[in-house]
Amino acid sequence: MIAINDIHKTFNKGKANQVNAVNGISLHIAEEEFLVIVGSNGSGKTTLLNLVAGSVFPDTGSISIDENNVSKLPDYHRSQWIARVFQNPVSGTASDLSILDNFRLAAIRTKAKGLSIGINDKFKQQVKEKIATLGMGLENKVEQSMGTLSGGQRQALTLLMSVMDSCKVLLLDEPTAALDPRSAEVVMRTADKLITDFKLTAILITHNLKDAYNYGTRIMQMSEGLVLRDLNNKQKSDLKQNDLFDWFG
Amino acid sequence: MDFYLTTVTLGLCYSALALGIYISMKIFNIPDITTDGSYTLGGAVTAMMLTHHQSPYIILPAVIVAGGIAGALTGLIHTKLKINALLAGILVMTALFSVNLTIMGRSNIPLSNLPSLFSLVQVVADPNQNTFWILLVFVILITFLIGYLLKTDFGIAMRATGNSESMIRALGVNTDRMKISGLALANALTALSGYFFVQSQDFADINMGIGIVIVGLGSVIIAESLINWLRITSVWLSLVLVLGGAIVFQLVLAVTLAIGVDPNMLKIVTAVFVLLIVSLPRLSLLRSS
Repeated sequence: MIAINDIHKTFNKGKANQVNAVNGISLHIAEEEFLVIVGSNGSGKTTLLNLVAGSVFPDTGSISIDENNVSKLPDYHRSQWIARVFQNPVSGTASDLSILDNFRLAAIRTKAKGLSIGINDKFKQQVKEKIATLGMGLENKVEQSMGTLSGGQRQALTLLMSVMDSCKVLLLDEPTAALDPRSAEVVMRTADKLITDFKLTAILITHNLKDAYNYGTRIMQMSEGLVLRDLNNKQKSDLKQNDLFDWFG
Repeated sequence: MDFYLTTVTLGLCYSALALGIYISMKIFNIPDITTDGSYTLGGAVTAMMLTHHQSPYIILPAVIVAGGIAGALTGLIHTKLKINALLAGILVMTALFSVNLTIMGRSNIPLSNLPSLFSLVQVVADPNQNTFWILLVFVILITFLIGYLLKTDFGIAMRATGNSESMIRALGVNTDRMKISGLALANALTALSGYFFVQSQDFADINMGIGIVIVGLGSVIIAESLINWLRITSVWLSLVLVLGGAIVFQLVLAVTLAIGVDPNMLKIVTAVFVLLIVSLPRLSLLRSS
């Protein structure tokens, strides 16, 4: 599904604050694989995810999604395959817009945003039904602005929004980092369910080793812009939670 | 009566400009001050074409296109060259002064004896009232169009662009292009204000746009205070409040003059009035807490 071929990314090249964020990573992520990436701060996890999403472009190397070379394709074009959940709930939703407006945009992620009114009673009903599956009681608040919701609610809705339109790849950048333990659990469980139900290829970045242990079909540890460890599903299930802690020992 | 009528008419002239500022400032979160130039541009194009005996109906789209180009230029400089929006606006505004002067050929064009938008159709006999009614129809039409636009999928994407850029890019919107079209729309509206003003006042002047941005800002700020105070989320109501803001703003200025304040003091009154409206919600919050 995603093929990364020897990519390098350096920020502030030639300056005193030069950062070699990604130093030659090659990676193949199969369809329906759920890759969990762990690693200390500054190991290049987020840069790698941004490279896949198209928010930053690689200096050298290539990236392809679904057999298409997307190395130079900007993020708003890669959205035809990719949906994203950001670390900060504010980044993934528009606060001043209503829940319904947010869902409308998500529902046409892969399509043109035209000059017709897309929000009608049928669409509203559809959104309400989707939101009801979260069991958060938000289905009667669809006219409220997104900004009135808590971070956990917003992350859960962002997840739902990602599957409003056809989606192949889901990128999760520390989606629970800003949440309390209970909301974090709801968000992670929702994510896992959606990834299974919709047969998504997913990449999760997390600092929560419990989540890294519990979720995913493949685990990778990054360090200084390189892949330090890469365990497939079999190796991952043989792994014990304490081994993960030892990785950071 | 005539006093209020002319004031409200002037307010209606400026309401297109207020909607333009509302789009650039509130929807896109971009402080755009191309306004001073694009407003005069609208006036200049109107005056030049009227003196060349063009129909106001042909001038209308020409003015919209001219303002749109000015706004798109600011947008291009801001997004493609990554220049601060404020500076991009100042650059285009400065350049427009020469453009406007070239279009007009001189610094002032009187239009007294030429047919205008407000003399083509006679709704009522009194010319002042006639101007008022025709303007009202146009302003309602513009508000309806903008309101509809903001409700469409494109409009929601516009609103999201100013709100959460990372989100809307991830949802497949080219934010640069969106900002350029937004600024084009805002300045097309501003130019439209110039078109109305020139025909209702029967003259165009190269300096007519100086400081006009404050008129739009003031109107939007009046509206915004009410929107926040009454917790309004409806797009339609917000737009109507912006129109109301434009009219209230002119009324305040007219009353200031009417009670005998020195006209030289008008700009300081304007500034203090806007300051008052901005600070009022905060001052009352301070008192209650």
